Amino acid sequence: MSFEYKVTGGDFTHAGYASSQVKKMLKQLGVDSTIIKRVVVCLYEAEVNIVAHAYSGTINITLDSEIIAMTLADSGPGITDIDLAMQKGYSTASPEVREMGFGAGMGLPNINANADTLAITSEPGTGTTLEITINLNSPAA
Amino acid sequence: MENGFFHHALTIREDICTGCSLCMRACPTEALRISDGKARLIEDRCVDCGECFRRCPVNAIIIEQDDFSRIFDYKHRVALVPAVLHGQFRHEVSMAEISTVLKSMGFTWVYEVEHGAEILKPAIEDIMNVRTLPRPLISTYCPAVVRLIQVKFPALIKNLATLKAPLEMAAFYCRRVLRDRGAHNAEIGVFYVTPCASKIAAVKSPVGEESTPITGVINMDFIYNRINRTLRNKGELPRSEDHEYTVDPDTLIWSLTNGEASCVDGRTLAIDGINNVTEFLEQLENEEITGVDYLELRACDEGCAGGVLLSSNRFLVAERLRNKARNLQPQDNTSATKDIPDISAYHGYLLNKVRITDEIKTRSMYRLSGDRDEAMRMMKRSRRLMCWLPGIDCGLCGAPSCQSLAEDIVRHRGDISSCVFIRETNMEKELMDRDRSAGIMKRIWGDNNFTKNCNKKGAENESN
Repeated sequence: MSFEYKVTGGDFTHAGYASSQVKKMLKQLGVDSTIIKRVVVCLYEAEVNIVAHAYSGTINITLDSEIIAMTLADSGPGITDIDLAMQKGYSTASPEVREMGFGAGMGLPNINANADTLAITSEPGTGTTLEITINLNSPAA
Repeated sequence: MENGFFHHALTIREDICTGCSLCMRACPTEALRISDGKARLIEDRCVDCGECFRRCPVNAIIIEQDDFSRIFDYKHRVALVPAVLHGQFRHEVSMAEISTVLKSMGFTWVYEVEHGAEILKPAIEDIMNVRTLPRPLISTYCPAVVRLIQVKFPALIKNLATLKAPLEMAAFYCRRVLRDRGAHNAEIGVFYVTPCASKIAAVKSPVGEESTPITGVINMDFIYNRINRTLRNKGELPRSEDHEYTVDPDTLIWSLTNGEASCVDGRTLAIDGINNVTEFLEQLENEEITGVDYLELRACDEGCAGGVLLSSNRFLVAERLRNKARNLQPQDNTSATKDIPDISAYHGYLLNKVRITDEIKTRSMYRLSGDRDEAMRMMKRSRRLMCWLPGIDCGLCGAPSCQSLAEDIVRHRGDISSCVFIRETNMEKELMDRDRSAGIMKRIWGDNNFTKNCNKKGAENESN
């Protein structure tokens, strides 16, 4: 099965819709709650990244009984130094975004810690694509 | 899915139910359906929150209680009374007078449940100091919330602060006091005057616990009516030398919103109303909310002042109790218990009993099948069905939403032709005749809704 959710940059009010939908599906499949949590954390963090940094984005999710693959592609400023962005606490979020409780520089490290695989491709000035997969059967990351 | 896992205090009386579907639309866990013109409960989804009871316009939903005469099976008959009972009466009515009425009904000891919160305060402090436990810890005070977490938010079960409620502590205390004065356990009956259905269900099948110190439950509306009748008949309640509140001001309001949370250190939040609780837990589960240490969650608006078995306005009940607490000095008056050691004398004994030791199990209401591949097939099928269902959640199929109908169908509990839109489409294509469609409608809503009835609510000659 595959699903697509649109994300609007700057719209924090509606962030989290995709993760709530995916969460319900994984509960229906009887996926272990610790794995559901990892999926939801990855998806939510990645979605908030788009909202906080990009102009718009698309979340594509494919799901079978073994694995969930989430691709989040955005049009936005892109990431100049991916290694730096992967460090805990590093953030380019604006003061306004931080004021809302986001932008602590934990997004990408947190996704990395919870995903089974994470691939980031980015073109500065154009956008960023995250490809995240999580095995729905294995108990550990 | 397994039925009979939870004991439910709520029962639908088929002879009274008109199948109006208001309960179905109010249920926060989509546990109700309509068929043959009656509401039906899917037991493994019900969390005993009582929203259906609140909503029912014809009082077809009843909350079971123990036969009152059962109290006389015991030599020592303890009534455990929550503060919200007292909060329903105007200011001049004292707890001592209420206690006197209860004794005239046959109880030998009337004890305020909130005393038990004295034990919870240090117990919560202890459990908050266990650094290995996740944050926030979630209060297990409200049984409907615990059950909601079991069926809807299994990932948060590990956040539950595994502590018994003040009610259990008060019951253990009363039993201990009576035993210390020579009574046998079998001679002691401890009866709880309950403000809600979920407390009954929790007493009858405690989550994560095998036995309970509580013998039975009496519904609060029954007691309220008895006290009110005495009050109306005599103009005032009989005087007594019995006690006034001995509960501390902060524990007196424990059952109200923020009553418990305000006694806990750290960043605490108090959330009331089952839909508010659900929304919050949804975000908490997504880790959208962080940095909270302790959560007080109550299924009812205004906490237990909003309990479904209360007869007075919840805001007035809460106001009265808060005023009372404000005017109360700590340990104001201990005269009534002068010959009985108060609950603090059993501090160590009760603290030893306060933890819930057995595991609180998950019972996901979402899981389609125990077999992952089968669940996947069912989910795909349900989503294909959603392509055809209108998505307007009209409820005419007897299920609360299109999605719940789709899931019922893949669980073999529903039929696609229950949907009036599907039937209309099929009739247009001449795949179904009108008689059959009407038959289906009658099968869901019962024959009565298709005949003229001037006695129904809002009709010409309304009568019940």
